[in-house]
Amino acid sequence: MAGFAATLPIGRNATDAFVSPFSSLSADSAAEPNVKELAMLALDTAKSAGANYADVRFVRNRNQNVNTREQRVQSVSDNETYGFGVRTLVNGSWGFSASNDLTRDEVSRVAKQAVDQAKANRTALIRPVVLAPAPAANGTWTSPIEIDPFSVAIEDKVATLLAANQAALAVKGARFVSSSMFFLREEKTFASTDGSFTVQTIYRTQPAMTVTATANGDFQTRESVDVPPRGLGYEHVRDSKLKENASKWAEEAVQKLTAKSVDVGRYDLVLHPSHLWLTIHESVAHPTELDRAMGYEANYAGTSFVAPPEKVLGTLKYGSELMNIRGDRNQPGSLSACGWDDEGVKPEDFDIIKKGVFVDYHTTREQASWLDWYYKKLGKPTRSHGCSYAQTWAAVQFQRMPNVSLLPGDKDLGWEDLIAATDRGIAIIGDGSFSIDQQRYNAQFGGQVFYEIKGGKIVGMLKDVAYQMKTPEFWASLDMVGGQKSYFLGGAFGDAKGQPVQVNAVSHGSPVTRFRNVNVINTGRTA
Amino acid sequence: MSVRSLAVSARYISREECEAIAKRALSFATADETRVIINSTTISNTRFAVNQISTGGDSFDSVVNVVSKFGKRSGSSSTNQFDDEGLKAAVQMAERVAKLSPEDPEGLPELSQQKYQPGVNWSDVTASLDPATRALAVKRIADPAKAAGLVSTGFMEAITSGQAIANSKGLFAYNRSTSSVLTTTVRTQDGTGSGWAGATHYDWSKIDPSALENRATQKARTSVNPVAIEPGRYTVVFEPTAVGNLVQFISRAFNARSADEGRSFFSLPGGKNKLGQKVVDERVTITSDPFDPEIAGSPFSGDGSPTKRVVWIENGVVKNLDYDRYWAEKQGREPTGSGGSIRMSGGTQSLDDLIRSTQRGLLVTRFWYLRPVDQRTILYTGLTRDGTFLIENGKITKPVKNLRFNDSPIFMLNNLEAMGVPERVSASEGGDPGQAIMVPPIKVRDFNFTSLSDAI
Repeated sequence: MAGFAATLPIGRNATDAFVSPFSSLSADSAAEPNVKELAMLALDTAKSAGANYADVRFVRNRNQNVNTREQRVQSVSDNETYGFGVRTLVNGSWGFSASNDLTRDEVSRVAKQAVDQAKANRTALIRPVVLAPAPAANGTWTSPIEIDPFSVAIEDKVATLLAANQAALAVKGARFVSSSMFFLREEKTFASTDGSFTVQTIYRTQPAMTVTATANGDFQTRESVDVPPRGLGYEHVRDSKLKENASKWAEEAVQKLTAKSVDVGRYDLVLHPSHLWLTIHESVAHPTELDRAMGYEANYAGTSFVAPPEKVLGTLKYGSELMNIRGDRNQPGSLSACGWDDEGVKPEDFDIIKKGVFVDYHTTREQASWLDWYYKKLGKPTRSHGCSYAQTWAAVQFQRMPNVSLLPGDKDLGWEDLIAATDRGIAIIGDGSFSIDQQRYNAQFGGQVFYEIKGGKIVGMLKDVAYQMKTPEFWASLDMVGGQKSYFLGGAFGDAKGQPVQVNAVSHGSPVTRFRNVNVINTGRTA
Repeated sequence: MSVRSLAVSARYISREECEAIAKRALSFATADETRVIINSTTISNTRFAVNQISTGGDSFDSVVNVVSKFGKRSGSSSTNQFDDEGLKAAVQMAERVAKLSPEDPEGLPELSQQKYQPGVNWSDVTASLDPATRALAVKRIADPAKAAGLVSTGFMEAITSGQAIANSKGLFAYNRSTSSVLTTTVRTQDGTGSGWAGATHYDWSKIDPSALENRATQKARTSVNPVAIEPGRYTVVFEPTAVGNLVQFISRAFNARSADEGRSFFSLPGGKNKLGQKVVDERVTITSDPFDPEIAGSPFSGDGSPTKRVVWIENGVVKNLDYDRYWAEKQGREPTGSGGSIRMSGGTQSLDDLIRSTQRGLLVTRFWYLRPVDQRTILYTGLTRDGTFLIENGKITKPVKNLRFNDSPIFMLNNLEAMGVPERVSASEGGDPGQAIMVPPIKVRDFNFTSLSDAI
């Protein structure tokens, strides 16, 4: 598959760095003097119109996409969106309005409109919104990046992807490959009538690849899910070693064509963190969202089996004693990391499950006050865990999950140790197909690559594997967790919740793990 | 509702304004060819939960997307800042990206002027919905639910848009459109019963909140304390929403290139595809038509191609696959020009008729968390939700626990027993207007349920 490198502008002068014509606008939105002035205008207008509380977010979001397949660049795009959203609280009801028109007149109109929305929404008010106290926040925060992805030349990005494609296609049987890079820079200014004013610059980076192998009318794919998106800069692309990994992914896609189709039954599962992050996301992180537990998401995302709060907090046995789950928004490179959430709260680390027992939900300021009774009982202050988030300036903020991670164990166990300790099992790498019910009891997960374990050794590759589980039963079967060295942060863009649907980017960390006696089905039906 | 149509329309960009913006953007262009796509939208919504409005609001955004081409090099950029500085920056960015990109062997020239049929998906009523009117619609669900001791949750959304495409070869297309949707889930206080109902249409006056409340409430009450049944293969009566949930996945697999490349259900060995082959029961015909008022869509697609009615499957046989301009040229075919909606043929029976004719089977209201498992067969997994019942001797006898299935809409439409009268459905899990889908209730045999769920 040689020959396409000639189409690339290789040998580019290092000084030809890609300079954005947007940069004159977007160098630093905080430095644009009118943002603070417009923010204050929005808050003052909302207050004068009758708001008891108001906040405003000005968000400038720039993203860049490069998409390729085989020897071809399919598309390169560079996009920017800038606007503001005003949220108001009037006598216990929320209102929201947003616009991309950053004039003084429009800021005033939108602030008034947000108050009018709140007044209309008071119809049939039963339980007024009460915000848990939060100290005023002031300051700046930036994702811990080494290399600004927007400073890297497009040619370098294209060359990296096409070289990886070439490496994949050099593997016999690999017929198609698509690869891409996505970069985001979000500059967010937040101000509230509680006296907060924060400016944050958030970066996200994702390199991705899918290799498809075909033979005799069959096809199999391998996706690069073990390189997750991160809240990092271009160094994440560099460290992902796409070209080196491409050959491995291609070989695995080809091997899947002739892999043994799994025999249904119960197996011990040795799960890599690149797989388990999604199971944690679906079966632990979502059901421990307080809005779900209280019925606020019943019409779409669903409710939760972790409810009602007064019957489960501090008592619900979620899993084995090895299960310790923590929420945070500060793991370096995680997608949830930030200085303050979208209502000006500095996030804190908090325990969600301790030694298998459920102890706390993810909360916003509105929601923390619902648990006032619990925090008083524990002798803790009632405060938000800092989980407020909106996908863009055009959407209203609500509760979105922080990083929700399984903590490593005390023993220094790794992937090989868990396989060696397993007599009859399946090892799974990477996430695949996934589905879970609306209360998070019954789930089914596939994966990218499956290996059969017999007598403590991997004896071959399997395909058509998915496991079906009931959440508390599955987590009760967790009997081995790896050590800190095996810890890895998986994740994805596009976690959907709310109506209208908003997407969030999520990270979940985990060590290697083993679960006993899990029900495995065969998904390779033909009729 | 007629009074409302006199109210102020939600903000969108008119044809004349779009022409002026496009002209201004194209005047900054230096590329061989340039395309400008302008989208402007007001989205307004009201959410309710636990019988009260939980949040609601509106947003206006307008975006111009610029595609620049130098020979076979192309790049794109978008911005939502429409002053000269913003438009100029977007054009310059698209041109820089294009110049830095390698040549695309599949690059095609821009289309010249095209003829378009006028769009039919605009409603003054939808465009003028204000917060107070939305709140009243919600009250028509929340008040009776509360009075009945039930818990209602739901979502109402109205979208008003103006969309234009213009290019440096004189092409200009414009369409304004509206859409609206209302869905509700009504649950019993103790959480042992749950019912759902939803409707979507470009014309809000076609949606009756009280009818949805009645249906969701009735399902909530009759679904209380479901019994467990053994997972396995069942005869199933699917309500139209459940049919829409699954049949939409067939339409997403129509891509001709994937079929020809051997990585789709529609592939045949040797680089061939299933055009002309019978793939489902001969009573099934699936079409799309952007000018059918029940499933209306845009008169043009993103590259400026006019859209038209397409017959995908006729009497069970594949009649068309989806060819974009490049793949059509390469394969010696016409580009398909699909509008993206779905209409499936039906019969004359009602849902009740389908139930009455069933000796033993299940009734499914809708599905949840549908995800692909095997693309080779369009095999999906997912679960029933908000109203799953046992049918015995032609009658609904008891609610059953929700079930997970692993099956394909292709297998389902091969096991077809009977079809009812098609209806417009809200088949998007997220409750957005989604793909325009009109499908019948159907009865099928041997649908494959693989496990039980305790979720209600």
